[in-house]
Amino acid sequence: MMKRRLTAFLAGLLLGASVGAHAGPAEDRKALNDYYQQRLPQIKPGDYIYGALALNPDAKDQYDSIMIFPPFVNDVDDGRKIWEKPFANGKLFAGCFPGGGKNVAGDYPYFDNAAGRVATFENAINACLKANNEAEFKYGSREMGLLTSYAKSLSDGMKVNVKVEGPGALAAYEKGKQYYYARRGQLNFSCATCHIDYAGAFIRSEQLSPMIGHAAHWPEFRAGTELFTLQTRFRQCNSQVRAVPLEFNSEEYNNLEYFLTYMSNGLPMQTPVFRK
Amino acid sequence: MRKMPGLLFGLLVGAASLAVAAEEGKEPAGRALAFDKAKGNCLACHAIPNDPKAESPGTIGPPLIMMKERFPDRAKLRAQVWDATMANPRTAMPPFGRHQILTEQEIDQIVDYVLSL
Ligand code: HEC
Ligand code: HEC
Repeated sequence: MMKRRLTAFLAGLLLGASVGAHAGPAEDRKALNDYYQQRLPQIKPGDYIYGALALNPDAKDQYDSIMIFPPFVNDVDDGRKIWEKPFANGKLFAGCFPGGGKNVAGDYPYFDNAAGRVATFENAINACLKANNEAEFKYGSREMGLLTSYAKSLSDGMKVNVKVEGPGALAAYEKGKQYYYARRGQLNFSCATCHIDYAGAFIRSEQLSPMIGHAAHWPEFRAGTELFTLQTRFRQCNSQVRAVPLEFNSEEYNNLEYFLTYMSNGLPMQTPVFRK
Repeated sequence: MRKMPGLLFGLLVGAASLAVAAEEGKEPAGRALAFDKAKGNCLACHAIPNDPKAESPGTIGPPLIMMKERFPDRAKLRAQVWDATMANPRTAMPPFGRHQILTEQEIDQIVDYVLSL
């Protein structure tokens, strides 16, 4: 009797272990989707791109009316001018991307096997500048932000389509995932504490958005014209818990962006957007 | 049944001591620390229903109410504030003592205030 039970117990453990070993990005995403559907059943699947707005109909109405004549149109137009200005050799940014840059942003970040690292959309912009003998833009600069806010708007409506294929890609994904779940800072939070465990709850008067949908709409303009890239937001969420923010385009942040964007797969891109 | 009078009494004493503090124009030190965003910031996560000044609280943790009843052992309450991960390793509550977010004295003052609620 005892022995039978022990065997069953051990078999259970082994089964658990083998499921663990097979769990990969697709299983992670499904598990999170299921979790959020239970925790926040009021969010319709396509509405995850609205973040906390999807939980607050009044705020969403306000957002919708702001987005009719967004306060940042001039900024995006400045981005268009950068995008359309020919390089010294006469070529254009559009020449660096298939389809002239339309419906490409949803494929980023991807894992660059030759370079052995994650390549973000900003990396592709700088690679384009370099290939055309132009000075690269500083990561985190307003110039880069304005340019990507226009360039990514050319992919509006494209479904996020990040791939994790091959051992290098998987390792980068796993590092991003580890970063997401690790506690840090004097206040001892992980990203997951706020955006998974307590998604939908209020921290003081701010409602915490779920992480699915977090990566489909960057850059965003806050309070009208204050430009925020996804990695600016990483830095802010790090500072909030009194952790030292990392550098823009650091390997850690790029892996984090890779993991986070994979979790938004299938959602429509929308760039740029307003946030308060 | 036997518990009710004690509970009500606790509430009344709590309310009275807050009222006295308010009348004298000096806040209990622990309250200021509990409200201060750079210090305890307890309001970020906890409602404090018995303190009329505790506005727009968060909803991450349970309301801080009837604390003397629920924490007859002061040391246990202090331990929760000092390092909430001892009781729940997955907690969202910051380890105020272990990570030196608050000094030992500040924690004592906050515990005094919380016990008055
Ligand atoms: C202490 C709580 C907390 C922690 C920890 C935290 N965040 Fe946030 N985060 C917020 C709040 C509050 C907001 C603003 C409200 C919202 O949209 O959720 C926010 C917003 C965001 C947004 C923008 C959502 C949008 O649509 O504008 C992203 C992306 C994000 N956080 C990612 C992260 C990542 C990645 C980490 C970890 C490195 C992290 N957060 C850690 C509280 C937190
Ligand atoms: C970021 C969120 C957060 C902050 C800030 C926070 N708490 Fe908590 N607190 C929680 C959560 C969540 C719980 C529920 C138990 C758990 O999950 O560990 C809790 C539980 C408690 C409990 C136990 C309540 C019970 O009924 O068992 C006390 C007491 C408490 N907190 C006091 C405080 C005090 C005092 C402060 C400020 C100095 C504070 N908390 C700040 C999140 C927080």
